[in-house]
Amino acid sequence: MREPVREHLQSLASDGDGFVLDPDDRRAIEQERHHYEQPQAACIEALKIVQRRHGWVPDGAIVAIAETLGIGPAAVEGVATFYSLIFRQPVGRHVILVCDSSACFLTGYDTLRQALARELGLDLGETSADGRFTLLPVCCLGACDGAPALMIDDDTYGPVAPEDLAELLEAYP
Amino acid sequence: MATIEVDGRRYTVDERDNLLQACLTLGLDLPYFCWHPAMGSVGACRQCAVTQYRDADDTQGALVMACMTPAADGTRISIADDQARAFRANVIEWLMIHHPHDCPVCEEGGHCHLQDMTVMTGHHRRRYRFAKRTHRNQYLGPFIGHEMNRCITCYRCVRFYRDYTGGDDLGAFGAGDNIYFGRHREGTLASPFAGNLTEVCPTGVFTDRTHAERYTRKWDLQFAPSICHQCAVGCNTSPGERYGEIRRIENRYHGEVNRFFLCDRGRFGHGYVNRDDRPRRPEWRERAGKARVLEVDEALERGGEALSRARRVIGIGSPRASLESNHQLCELVGEANFSTGIAEREQACLARMQRLNRDAGLPTPTLRDIEAHDAVLVLGEDLIESAARLGLAVRQAVLGRREALAAERDIPAWNAEAVMTLAQDARHPMFIAYPTATELDALAEQCLHRAPDDIARLGFAVAHAIDPAAPAVEGLDEATKALAERIAEALLAAQRPLVISGGSLESPALLEAAGNVARALAGWERRGGLTLVRREANSTGVALLGGRPLEWALDALGGGEADAVVVLENDLYQRLPGERVARALAAAGTVIALDHQRTATWEAARLGLPAASFAESDGTLVSLEGRAQRFYAVYEPRYLRPETRLHPSWRWLQALQASRERRAVPDVTLDALTRACARRHPALAGIVEASPGAETRVCGLKLARQPPRYSGRTALRADLDVSEPPPPPDPDTPFTFSMEGYAGFDRPHREVPFAWAPGWNSPQAWNKFTDEVGGHLRGGDPGARLLAPAAGLGGHVDAIPPSFTPEAGEWRLVVLPRLFGGEETSSRAAAIQARSPIPALRLAPADARRLDAAAGDRLVVETALARITLALHFDATLPDGLAGVPAGLAPGLMTGDAARVTLAPRDEGGAP
Repeated sequence: MREPVREHLQSLASDGDGFVLDPDDRRAIEQERHHYEQPQAACIEALKIVQRRHGWVPDGAIVAIAETLGIGPAAVEGVATFYSLIFRQPVGRHVILVCDSSACFLTGYDTLRQALARELGLDLGETSADGRFTLLPVCCLGACDGAPALMIDDDTYGPVAPEDLAELLEAYP
Repeated sequence: MATIEVDGRRYTVDERDNLLQACLTLGLDLPYFCWHPAMGSVGACRQCAVTQYRDADDTQGALVMACMTPAADGTRISIADDQARAFRANVIEWLMIHHPHDCPVCEEGGHCHLQDMTVMTGHHRRRYRFAKRTHRNQYLGPFIGHEMNRCITCYRCVRFYRDYTGGDDLGAFGAGDNIYFGRHREGTLASPFAGNLTEVCPTGVFTDRTHAERYTRKWDLQFAPSICHQCAVGCNTSPGERYGEIRRIENRYHGEVNRFFLCDRGRFGHGYVNRDDRPRRPEWRERAGKARVLEVDEALERGGEALSRARRVIGIGSPRASLESNHQLCELVGEANFSTGIAEREQACLARMQRLNRDAGLPTPTLRDIEAHDAVLVLGEDLIESAARLGLAVRQAVLGRREALAAERDIPAWNAEAVMTLAQDARHPMFIAYPTATELDALAEQCLHRAPDDIARLGFAVAHAIDPAAPAVEGLDEATKALAERIAEALLAAQRPLVISGGSLESPALLEAAGNVARALAGWERRGGLTLVRREANSTGVALLGGRPLEWALDALGGGEADAVVVLENDLYQRLPGERVARALAAAGTVIALDHQRTATWEAARLGLPAASFAESDGTLVSLEGRAQRFYAVYEPRYLRPETRLHPSWRWLQALQASRERRAVPDVTLDALTRACARRHPALAGIVEASPGAETRVCGLKLARQPPRYSGRTALRADLDVSEPPPPPDPDTPFTFSMEGYAGFDRPHREVPFAWAPGWNSPQAWNKFTDEVGGHLRGGDPGARLLAPAAGLGGHVDAIPPSFTPEAGEWRLVVLPRLFGGEETSSRAAAIQARSPIPALRLAPADARRLDAAAGDRLVVETALARITLALHFDATLPDGLAGVPAGLAPGLMTGDAARVTLAPRDEGGAP
């Protein structure tokens, strides 16, 4: 890994120490908790709430969520590490998910991925040195009608041609 | 019953089973990983695939998972079919992709289910040539070692830990081919049943850490059937010995008691057997002088002479010694001079429990039967601390509602995931009343945290609510009254209500309250049960044998009515305040102590005779369910350490008696002694059935203590003598200290030293010894039940205590049992010491504030008899006016005593 990236990730990772759950987030998690018979059921929502604020789920958040829900941290960590879209490592400001399911695979996923790699200088799983983008594969976006598809933050795009990329990415500073 | 066809042969099986259970019960070998007889099927590992055919014309068949397919009538399957075999070979190859090639250095090797299954499947060449994923391991405490690289992801560990025991600090992390089983952060596994992971895990991810430093393969260990001596539950164990040391304790399957699981005190608490400071030769001590080691003859001569000179000899027995030893002591000194060695208050409770077992109208269920009850009332016991394995059974009883709900919807009980999903949080009702929070509270419908007298009042009120003939409780507050009604309703709505109480709080009123509830329920003709918890391994047995309380013995010595005392495997300083014991022992002219530990009592004795521990001797214990069970010596200590002079206490006492009477030591076998004990004490008449007898042979052979592959027998003692002596003789048991004996599984026998069958080296081999998987031993489950309700109920008891009211400036003590550190002998084991929590004084926060004390402050607790300094722990569940102190610290502190609590002076260190 290149040094600047490592430093950048470390600076983000240090947020995990001494993590304080935002009072609004705590309230939101408690609210979610009341929607279910069992506190475990609110786990995913709780993790999403934290991720929305921090971009990822720091170590300290696992314990804070467990305390809020009244369950063991092992149960929360089990859920957090199971789902690939709950990030347990720092990610860039914007997360690009490239779909590699069969429909996209047949309609040019490989070319699209290579173009992305060229454009960003990133391989799958990497974060750009300026902390702007993280590039990740995703197994299906449910956008087969627009294959090949990708998703940036909450926006789905497709079909995406390699030459559209530069303009597309401009929208995410 | 159903008829199924396996590989062209027809078998009759239980249609409630799945095909895997059915095949294993039939003795057919079919590999599996994720299924476990106590935890059912989840169909995760895909290893037990078989080919199922629609009918006789179907030659193609389809693969099904045996563990997920009911053994319905007419089912036709093949285990040997080529496609099924190929599939199973593929599955194990995949499972083994990341598994390291470390069997030679793995502590699971030789009793590894994964090894067994790999051999069974025929996977002996690896094709995977790429990098393996690796994991970091965690520190999981003093009991369990962790090596995640060996994991095959069967999920058994978390299913056992979370679902079966209710632990929440072991989890499964990650997804796909990168899954990790461990804690969220490194640290000691909190569950007191974590040790079972070493047997539940099919490979070497979780191993016995106490065994690691002095490791021996299973096939090189010598085993005997033993009974756990660490509490009164009476779990069956298989201790393994090498070089004269107990190296580890394995679970020994008993179809009615512990079945597959032990608690960690029992599994890891054996270290006291191996202590270097154990007395191994007789010692003679002049007053305040240094001990002088004696030869046996001289020791017996001096002992015999001292006894024959004495005017009157008192014998002090022990609830941690065998019935035979206690009986022999009683014979030596005479019944009029025999004390049980149990303090008065505890003995009064034991006597009450014995009476209630007889006249409260409800039978004592076995541990397995406890799991079949559908409503539970616990009065005054913290079961996980006082009888952990029993607590685990109660947990299964409460969770039994899952199976009941599943049965209503025709979901078989083995379909574990479906049953859990269906039932969610549904439980059978349980109510717990105890002074403070207990681990089982989380499962209870309602808990009450009150002083012992108030718990008794709740019990009396429940009895009255069930049966108006039972006395009513005056002045009960509305909340408690409502709770009593609710409990009564739940117990009456149940098919099988279970009442649990015991001696932990030393409250006779509480026991009588439990008795009234039992009588009330018995009147309703429910198939209820009454379980009464005793403290020590042989508390029940010694109470049946009878004798005076310890205080009587000390008074007789202190008052000069007797001038000699023989103390059997009992540290009196653990039972009564030291000053009182010291005064009595000093007044006695002669003190003879027999023990396997260097206790304060041993140090105070004129003559010390080194007793064999459970690992080196045979005898009978009676468990809290009234089951008389024989334990057998695992090894003969003199074989490897000829200088030792360890003997069972009963043998020492026989010799002492002979020496006193100036006759030769008689040649009495243990069986003869057991018979004599049974004759002398009618209540113990059944104990002769507890053992098959020393003459028992299987195929004309004694039973081998050593596995067939036991190695290095000649080398073992080559440092002593190059020629190997014959195995030590063993006239007292049907076992031999050798591999030359019967070690098979197919001839039913009751007492099994170790579980092994061809192709089955892991604990899963027990399935070869049972009549059906998870059933009973084909040779019969060991032991003989002694307690049964007599015809006719005793009358209700109306000695209802007044409600507890706190008094200003004074606290009432409650002594709280502790699983780790609260029991005498296991507390001498290093592993248990490492696991014991720091003892603390528990006070209600309001009380603590009145003292102006903060958590962690050192406080002095002082009663008329004892004084101790402890760190303060706020306990929000403890009622005002009570002070909770941990058991096993200061024998002078007794539940119900008035105590003063003050801030410790700065310079006072006190206990850690």
